[in-house]
Amino acid sequence: MRPDSVGYLRYGAPALVAVVVLGLWEAAVALNDVPPWLVPAPSRIVATLTLDRTLLLDSLGVTLGIALAALAFAVVLGTAIALLFVQSRWLEISLFPYAVLLQVTPIVAIAPLIIIWVQDTRVALVLCATVVAIFPIISNTTLGLRSVDPGLLALFRMNRASRWQELTRLRIPSALPYFFGGLRIASGLALIGAVVAEFVAGTGGAGAGLAYQILLAGIQLNVPRLFAALVLIAAAGVALFGASVLAARLALGRWHESELRAPD
Amino acid sequence: MTPPVVLARGIAKRFRDGTEALAPIDLAVCDGEFVTLVGPSGCGKTTLLNLIAGLIRPSAGSLGWWGAPRPDADRSRRFAYVFQSPTLMPWADIASNVRLPLDLAGTPRAEADRAVADALALVALDGFARHRPRELSGGMQMRASIARALVTQPALLLMDEPFAALDDFTRQRLDDELIALWRARGFAVVFVTHSVTEAVYLSTRVVVMGARPGRIVDEVAVPAPWPRGDDFRTSTGFAALARRVTKAVAAAASTDAP
Repeated sequence: MRPDSVGYLRYGAPALVAVVVLGLWEAAVALNDVPPWLVPAPSRIVATLTLDRTLLLDSLGVTLGIALAALAFAVVLGTAIALLFVQSRWLEISLFPYAVLLQVTPIVAIAPLIIIWVQDTRVALVLCATVVAIFPIISNTTLGLRSVDPGLLALFRMNRASRWQELTRLRIPSALPYFFGGLRIASGLALIGAVVAEFVAGTGGAGAGLAYQILLAGIQLNVPRLFAALVLIAAAGVALFGASVLAARLALGRWHESELRAPD
Repeated sequence: MTPPVVLARGIAKRFRDGTEALAPIDLAVCDGEFVTLVGPSGCGKTTLLNLIAGLIRPSAGSLGWWGAPRPDADRSRRFAYVFQSPTLMPWADIASNVRLPLDLAGTPRAEADRAVADALALVALDGFARHRPRELSGGMQMRASIARALVTQPALLLMDEPFAALDDFTRQRLDDELIALWRARGFAVVFVTHSVTEAVYLSTRVVVMGARPGRIVDEVAVPAPWPRGDDFRTSTGFAALARRVTKAVAAAASTDAP
C-alpha cells in the first residue's frame, strides 16, 4: 500500500465507522420512537451541547483544570521521587512498596478521607487525582533512570564523570522515552481521578465539574445532558492524550525509535 | 628508561561467583606498540582489557600505568576505550558525542570545539557533526566512536573488538585508517579481536590467549615494516605468522582443562 493511502485510511476508516454507527443510532431512535430520557438521538445530544454550552463548558473547565493541575503535580512530584529513588537503593526499597500500596487502593476508598481532611474542596479533588496519576510517572521514570546503556555508563565512569554529570548528561536523557510513556498513561488517569473524586465529593454550585452534571442529570432523567457531558469528558481525555503524545514527539522526535517513522 | 605504558605482574581475576576468568598473567605494553589480544571466546580477552582500563580490579597481582599504581595518576597521559558497539548517545549529535570526554573534564568550549573538529577530520566525518548517530551507517558510527576516543589525545588506546560487527570491506578500510592514525599519533594500542588475520595485519605483537582459565599461551612478534597493504596480506610471511597464531590458538583449545 502506498504511504499516502495508509494516511487516508488512518483517518478515513474510523470516521466512516463513526458515521455509520451514528446514522444507525439516529435511524433506530427515530423509527422506534425511543423517548429521549431513555436513549436520545445523536442530533438531540448535539442540540443539548449547543443549548447548555455555558453550563457544560464551565463544568468542563473545572474538571479539566483539576485534571491538569493533578497531572502537573504528578509530573513534578513523581519525577522528584524517581530522582530520589535512583540516588539511593535503600530509599527505593523502603518507600516503593508504599507507592504501590497507594496505587492499588481504589481512589473511591481514599477520596472521602482526603475530602474530610482537606478543607478546600478544589485542593482535595486535585490531591485525589494526583494520587491516581502519580504512579506511572514514578515507576516509569525510575525504570528509565536506571535503564542506562552499560557501555555509556562505563565511558562516563572512565572519564571520571561526577554524579551530577552522570545524572544530567546520561540518566535523564536516557529516561525521557520512559517518562513520556508514563506521562501518556498519567494524562488519562488524571482525568479519571478528577471525575471519580468529583463523584465522591458531589460538589455542586458554581464550582461544579462535569461529574456533578452527570450525577445531577441522572437524577433528573435529563439523559441528553448526561450524554453531552459524557461526550465532553471523552473529548477532554482524547485532548490530554493527544497533548502528551505531541510532547513526546517534540522531545524525542529526532532520536528515539518510538517516534521515528519507518522508511517508506 | 621510561616505564612501560602498562605493566601487569601476575594479575589474575576470579569473579564473585567463583569463575576463574584469568590465571596469573604477565604483560608489558611499551610506548608506541600495537598489541593485539587474540583467542577464542571465553579466553578472558575482554577481562584483561577491562583490567588494563581500570574498569575492574584484579583479584591478585599488580598493575602499573606509566609506572604509577593508578591509571589516572598522570593527567597528561590519558587512555581511551573503544567498545564493541559504537556506544554513542542517541539523543546527541555526533559533535556532542565526540566532545563528551572534554565536556566531562570541563575543557573550555572553544578549545573543545577545535579538538572535536580535528578529531572528526581525522576520521573523515567533517560533514556529519550535526547528524544524529542513527543517521550514520555502522562503519561511520564506529569512526565517530574512534574520534571520541582520540579527542583527548590519549597515550593509550584500548579497543574491544571494535570492528567485529562490520562487513569485511568496511573492517579492512577501518583497519587501514586505524593504522594510519596510530602511525601519525604514536599512541600505544591494545586491541582485542578473534580474527587471526586482523591481529597479524595490525599488530607489532600478537598475544595469543587460551580459555578456561584465561591465560597467555604465546606471544608472536610481527616484524613486517609499514605501511602494510594488500602486498603484506598476500605475502608468505603473513601466511606463516597467521599459521603460527592459529596453531597456538588450536593448541590452547586442545589442552583446555575439562
